[in-house]
Order: sequence, then structure tokens, then C-alpha cells
Amino acid sequence: MIKVQGMYKRFGKTTALDALDMEVPRGSIYGLIGPNGAGKTTAMSILATLMLPDGGSAAVDGHDVLSEPMAVRGVIGYMPDFFGVYDGLKTCEYLDFFADAYYVPQSRRKTLIGELLELVNLSDKYDSYVDLLSRGMKQRLALARCLVHDPKVLILDEPASGLDPRARAELKEIIKHLKQLDKTVLISSHILPELGEICDQVGIMEKGRLISSGPVEEITAAGRGASLLRIQVLDKVSGLADFIKPRDNVVSVEQDEGALRVIFRGDPQSRGKLLRDIIEGGWVVTEFAEVRRNLEEAFMAVTGEGVLK
Amino acid sequence: MSVNPVLLKELRQRFRTVKSPLLVSLYLLVIGALVLGFIYLRWRDMPGYYRPDTSREIFIILSMVQLFLVGFVTPGLTAGAISGERERQTLNVLLTTRLTTRGIIVSKMLSSISFMVLLVLATLPLYNIVFLYGGISPSQVLGVFGFYMVTVFLFAAVGVACSTYFKRTGVSTVTSYGIVFILGLGTLLLGGFIYEVLRVPGPGPYQTPLITQFLLDINPVVVMMRILGENGFGPERNIGLPYWAVYILFYVIAGLLLLLWSSSKLNPSRNKGLRFRM
Repeated sequence: MIKVQGMYKRFGKTTALDALDMEVPRGSIYGLIGPNGAGKTTAMSILATLMLPDGGSAAVDGHDVLSEPMAVRGVIGYMPDFFGVYDGLKTCEYLDFFADAYYVPQSRRKTLIGELLELVNLSDKYDSYVDLLSRGMKQRLALARCLVHDPKVLILDEPASGLDPRARAELKEIIKHLKQLDKTVLISSHILPELGEICDQVGIMEKGRLISSGPVEEITAAGRGASLLRIQVLDKVSGLADFIKPRDNVVSVEQDEGALRVIFRGDPQSRGKLLRDIIEGGWVVTEFAEVRRNLEEAFMAVTGEGVLK
Repeated sequence: MSVNPVLLKELRQRFRTVKSPLLVSLYLLVIGALVLGFIYLRWRDMPGYYRPDTSREIFIILSMVQLFLVGFVTPGLTAGAISGERERQTLNVLLTTRLTTRGIIVSKMLSSISFMVLLVLATLPLYNIVFLYGGISPSQVLGVFGFYMVTVFLFAAVGVACSTYFKRTGVSTVTSYGIVFILGLGTLLLGGFIYEVLRVPGPGPYQTPLITQFLLDINPVVVMMRILGENGFGPERNIGLPYWAVYILFYVIAGLLLLLWSSSKLNPSRNKGLRFRM
């Protein structure tokens, strides 16, 4: 549904996108994660036809973003990371305005607006002025706005940003519901555990490149060959951390309630060698196991070399 | 016929608030106070009767005050048209709809112009005072109103273009006022300067340079005085077109070019010839 090939974008001397390749399957919820400045917003802006790439190509539902921007706009609903609303417009007028802007026939609009407000739990705000809504309500209204023309693809840039936990949970439920409506969703967020819950696939971006991509289970399980080890010893935990840190295969070491959480990149032989070295170093090992990671840990493992070490 | 949604929204937003009737009232209050004040002063000096040439003076004062207000209000109305959307962070969302940038620009322009036209038309009853005493023909009044429309068009286009180019409304507003000031006073000063520089000292008639004639033909103050029948205003002309035709052509063409440029500048996909590097 979304296909990006070798996309470049530079802002002066800064490279925002560096030969980005990305593919989002039809009907999936694809989470784009990465540190600030990784290029997520730039990639999304290009896909939303708001920015021109310096090179490469991108297509949404078979429409090239450069040569067919209007066709692309017809199939996407875009929600930017920061957005405002119009003062002096009621919720129903706000949605009616955007429906009109997408050439939705007037005869269909009233019913459509009612349905969309119901979908985002804002039915009781039909006649409220949009500038008086809470931030969470505005986010939900923006999501409804994205859906006025029944787009096939939703591009949501940090939709949960700045929301309280309750509002985030509500938004998460709505996004899950969108999947049932057969929408393809490209979503970026820095709240990784939540992204892990709603996404089918994730892509991890760093320095303008997609360094890892695939189903959430695969990413959290493998993470480009990296694994999360939990090592527990009887005593001298801090000393063990210092002993492990400089080793080649170790990405990061964290102390967690008397145990160590080690992100380790290597084959079973090197893992075995690590265990042997610890034992030979004089530590009494009570636990040495690979643990299942969440998305945040997978993200740290994949981007860890640049970030943590 | 369907109305562009941006125009509909803008009109709805503009005319829904209490600010609009307040601004119309203030506008009428300023113009009305000046005119009625002038009438009072004239009447106080010569009580009991009223001369037609006095009503002509009122007409000129009324028209000049209105021109000044048009130059003052129009850029203020349009200089935030696009930059305001940018500052409110609503522009990106608007640009991802199926509306064309040309449609957005024209709608923004029309909504601002419609309000300005409302302000100008609201002053029509004040012009009745002039008719009451005679001395002015309806064609002159129509000419002045047509002149306002053309002037508002370019001033509004300047505001929209500045608003598209500059990110901040403050910068856009100052630049718009600067350009309007150049049109209102700069052309007059430059025309006079060029006239003096090129003038050959000595007796005998001296033909005003074409550039000076042109600069005076596009100066709103000079053109208004000519419309009002002050034929001695400005030098002899030998441009093939009448002054009002030069004025209309320049203001309409410049306004259209600015609008075209603005819609092109606003379009995020404007570099269609860009070659992709694979």
C-alpha cells in the first residue's frame, strides 16, 4: 500500500532521509519508531505530499507522491504531529469544511459527520466550538477529520503526543478499530509499549534509514540478532557489570534489582563463552537466561550501538 | 455552483464574531466624524446657506479619507491570510486536502476583499450627504467606487503574497504596509525625482518623461484626484492610454501575477520537473 524506495532528503548539510526503503502492506498498522531526528516526520510529510524528496520514489496505493499528489491526497488521511484547529467553528462545521474540501457530496455529510463523531466518542460535542475542546478531544476530532473522505491510508504522526493516559487509551482503541475498517495505518510514536500493542509491523528508523522492519513479534524477539539476557549472580553485581561492559558482543548493560539486563548481539557460541568467562571470573551464577523483550528494549537493542555505547 | 469551502469557512468565521460589526461601526464612525466635522466647520463659518462647491470639497475629503483607510485596512486584513494558517498550524492539514493552492489563495483573497467591499459600501449613505447639496455627478461617485475596487484588489494581493512568502504574520504585515506606502507615496516621490533629474534647465516647454507619467498614472492619490475632476493634478500626459486604463491594467495585472505566484509558492508539489535520483 505504501512503498518507499531509496528516498533522500537533505536540509542544508543535514541528511534527514538517507536512501530510505520502506514497505507497508495493505490493511496493516505499521509503527514507525526512532529517536528524535531519525527522519520519521520527514518521511511522513513526503508521503502526505507536503514535501518533495531530493531523490528516490514513493507511492501510496500505486500513486506516485511526486507526479500524482492530488491522487495521493485522495487516498490518505494525514494527522501531523502538531496541528491547530480553527477558532469560531463548531465541531460539525469543522468536519463539514473538510468533507467539502474532499468533495464529499453535501447530501452525505450530515450522516457521515454523525457517524464519525460517534466513532471518536464525540457525539455529544456536535455543536461545541472546536477551540474549546480539550487536547484529547481535539486529537480524536483530528482523527475523525482524517476519515471524512474514507481514505485507504492513514498517516498519523505522533497522534498520542501530549495526551494523558486515559486519552491515549481511547485513541489506541480507535486506531485498533480502524484496522477493522480495513484501513492501512502508518503511525509514529515515541510511546513504544503502546505502539507494540496496536501495530502489526514496526520499522525502526535511525539517521534517516530504516534499520529494522518486520512484524512486532519478530522485532521484539530477534532485533537484528540482538537478545536480552538476564544474568543473576550471588554477589558483586556491580563488578560483573564492569566486567561485561567492554566485551565486543555486549551492546548495553543495565542493573535491575540485583540482576543485570544485558543486550547481547551474538550467536549461541559467543553467549556460551560469555557464561563461561563469568564463571571463570569467580561469580556464582544463579540465572543466565534470554528474556522476551518489549518493543522499547528491542528499539534500544537495535539502535543501542549509537545511543548507548 | 458550489462555493469554495475555504471561502465559506472564512466568511463564516469572519462574520460570526462581534469583531466584524465593531470594525464596520468604527470605520463608519471615523469617516462620518470627519465628514460631519467638516460640514459643521463650514456651516459655522457661513451659517444659513450651503454652496455646491463646498459639497465637492466634502466629496474629495470623503474619498481621500476612504482611500487612506483602504490602504490602512486592506493589508491588515490580508497579511495574515496564509501566515496565520501557518502559525495556527492548520496549513499542512489544509494542503493535504483535495483543494488546489490556487483555490485556497483565491478564496482567502475573496473573503478579505468581501469584507473590505462591505466596509466601502457601508459608507455609501455618507455619500448621500454630497448628493443632498449637489455639485457631484453619480458617474463620479461610481468612478470612485470602481477605483476603490481596483485598488483593494492589488493591496489585497500584496497582503496575500507577503503572507505566503513570509512565515510570520508580523513581518508580512510590515512588508505589505511598506509596499502599499511605496505605491501611495513612493511612486509620487520617485516620479518627481526622475522629473527633476532629467529636466533640462532653461526656458521652453519640457516634456515629462514617460517613466514619471507612468509612475503618476499608478499612484492612487493622483489617479483619485483625476477621477474627482482635478485635471490640473499631475503633468501633461502623452501615453497612448488614458490614465484610468493604465491604472486598471497595472493594478489588475500586478494583482493577478501576485496571486499566481502565491499559489505556486504555496504548492508543496510545485517542482514537478524534479528528477529523482534512484
